[in-house]
Amino acid sequence: MALVLSEEQELLKESAVDFLNDKSPVTHLRELRDNDDADGFSRALWKNMAELGWTGIIFPEEHGGADMGYAELGILFEESGRRLSPYPLLSTIVLGGGALMAGGTDEQRNKVLPGVCSGDTLLAMAVQETARFSPYAIETSAAADGAGYKINGKKVFVLDGHVADQLIVVARTSGGANDRDGITLFLVPAEQQGISIARTKMVDSRNAAQISFENVFVSADQVVGTVGAGADVLDNVFDRAAAVLASELVGISNEVFERTLAYLKTREQFGVLIGTFQGLKHRAADMFCEIELSKSIALGALRAIDDADPDATRVVSAAKARTSDTSGLVTREGVQMHGGIGMTDEEELGLFLKRSKAAELSFGDASYHRDRFATLTGF
Amino acid sequence: MTTEAQPLEEFRLELREWLEANCPASMRVVADPSLYGKATEAEKKQWLDAMAGRGFTTPTWPKEHGGGGLEKPELQVLNEELGHVGAYAPMVSFFGTAMLGPVLLEFGNDAQKDEHLRKITNGEINWCQGYSEPGAGSDLASLQTRAVLDGDHYIINGSKIWTTQANVADWIFCLVRTDATGPKHDGISFILFDLKSPGVTISPIQLISGSSEFCQVFFQDVKADAKNLVGPLNGGWTIAKRLLEHERKTLSGGMGGAGMAVPVIKKDKKAGEKKKKAPLVASASLLAESARPYIPGDDKKLGDADLRSKIAQYELDALCFSFSMRRSGEEGKAGKGPGPATSMFKLYSSEMNKRKMELQMSIRGANGLGWEGDGFEPGEISETRGWLRSKGNSIEGGTSEVQLNVIAKRVLGLPD
Repeated sequence: MALVLSEEQELLKESAVDFLNDKSPVTHLRELRDNDDADGFSRALWKNMAELGWTGIIFPEEHGGADMGYAELGILFEESGRRLSPYPLLSTIVLGGGALMAGGTDEQRNKVLPGVCSGDTLLAMAVQETARFSPYAIETSAAADGAGYKINGKKVFVLDGHVADQLIVVARTSGGANDRDGITLFLVPAEQQGISIARTKMVDSRNAAQISFENVFVSADQVVGTVGAGADVLDNVFDRAAAVLASELVGISNEVFERTLAYLKTREQFGVLIGTFQGLKHRAADMFCEIELSKSIALGALRAIDDADPDATRVVSAAKARTSDTSGLVTREGVQMHGGIGMTDEEELGLFLKRSKAAELSFGDASYHRDRFATLTGF
Repeated sequence: MTTEAQPLEEFRLELREWLEANCPASMRVVADPSLYGKATEAEKKQWLDAMAGRGFTTPTWPKEHGGGGLEKPELQVLNEELGHVGAYAPMVSFFGTAMLGPVLLEFGNDAQKDEHLRKITNGEINWCQGYSEPGAGSDLASLQTRAVLDGDHYIINGSKIWTTQANVADWIFCLVRTDATGPKHDGISFILFDLKSPGVTISPIQLISGSSEFCQVFFQDVKADAKNLVGPLNGGWTIAKRLLEHERKTLSGGMGGAGMAVPVIKKDKKAGEKKKKAPLVASASLLAESARPYIPGDDKKLGDADLRSKIAQYELDALCFSFSMRRSGEEGKAGKGPGPATSMFKLYSSEMNKRKMELQMSIRGANGLGWEGDGFEPGEISETRGWLRSKGNSIEGGTSEVQLNVIAKRVLGLPD
């Protein structure tokens, strides 16, 4: 698939730009933050997004979706990144919905996905237990109990866990703490007895949750995928999460770079525009190159996923590592080149810096993916 | 698809037969590397004449000037079929095909095109590039080599430096000052002349790598035919810049080695037909494999964590770069010049190649310090020479700093 947008994709992009400019510019995130909004986003707007077809983009038509691909979903992440739009695309669509697509039964998909597509059902994945992302570090246990399992354990950084209706809970049915084998996924209603959810407010003004499970009983038909082989589903979903985050990071990088460039062309010091200084010009040109490379690999990763390319995993790791490093660079330099004004809460740059860091550290930072890339390349 | 695919497949079949019939067995070194250096001069000439006869030494140039008149999909087929027969296309003047030819096609008059293009495509004339001068490096436009009109000739005096392979070239395309009174960019002309002309002296320069591919060229009252002045008098700077874009494009495509191959993704959405897909790019790292004998590790993981991480970053960047080359190719409209974004590719590929050669030095330790003679593998010595040579990557063809200036000004629009 081409690395340039098709006509259809251009239209989707235009519609996303128009909608987000109108409904979810950066000021929208600031309002939600300043009002300490309980959800962290507007449910009405999420419904609007569903009406535009965004929530169903990757799901088959039989479940109410649009049957498009990650290349299209990536466009929404990139444009959301440009405007810091705080909507649960990652948690509900990519993680929750993605897990059901990768491992769910028809019955589970029929039960959950139409609600996801219509914007009525929110999902979250309760997986992470350690501070740093480590995909198989699962100690939450699912012990066989009669016809089902009893889940005990504690999860951190459950994205949008505070609003989810259904959880994908990742637990261990066998094996040791870091074993790839022995992991099992369950589809569990969030209100089920024994689940306590504590909202955590994050630096990027989004929300996650710490969730504990105390003797939460689940039946065998709540298993998503194969018992003990949940890592297959996780690998699939984590790659997709990393790929769309790469797109979001490209959006952030582009936006911050454009704003910084505009500042270099208007801000005067020593009686001249600061953009005339070679010390800043070369750094700007460097950033331009880094962003161009990041764009290319992020597009490549999405297309590799859609094409089921055998090398997709490696390209995804390259994309997540590269876009994380680039967005880190551009947001740091953006603040620096804006000088004191960049340090103020009033200026929006800081909001980008914060979201960038959250996206960089989610589902593996640059170091994690560089290491994984090396391993996948055979060294 | 069938309407487009059909003639392309016919072209492929015809080409395959033709190559089979016309490519001498001794030239098929890709298929059999042991044939290297075995071809006779007559066989080389036979291959060159055959390929040049069909315009395949410059496949995308127009047919009337000795090119093949191929569009991109046909070019792809040609390359694939060359791979199939196991041969490289014959080498003709690189400076002719990659730099002078494209600007002559754009700026030359009919007589100049007729006179010079075919001699590039058939390998008759080797060109070199008279740009830099001892006093005009990064500040190229301050060049001082003078050309003064005298009847139907220009009389040229001055000196050019870093002229690649001037000692084996036949002709030179040269930037000369034809007006010293106005702004420096407005008094430059672009002229072609024969290096065998009286008054030309060429002396090779030995580099830190021990090689001497660059020369200094001196001109004393050299006569150049006025009809070989390309474009308007004093309008050479526009041509000079366009030629540099072609140069950068070529430089950025040709460096970096491992992982730089442009990936080809084939999308196959035919229902029910599951083809095994080839991966995007070769998924092994030549750099990491070359490190194995020097850095033993457990299993497949290289034993030096820091060096492993640096190799990973290099390979990762190489992959990003190849995707960027591909995207740029897809974005480029047919017939449109390469544009200032080529500065990015030139900058990045030369910096990457330097980084790769530094990594090679780190990998090989003391075995990378050999200069000549016994005690080292020949490959180790050539890698060391290559490391030294790579330092020039970010200087030649416009320094990295000049590329950053070009990007800042012409791509980003930052003020002067």
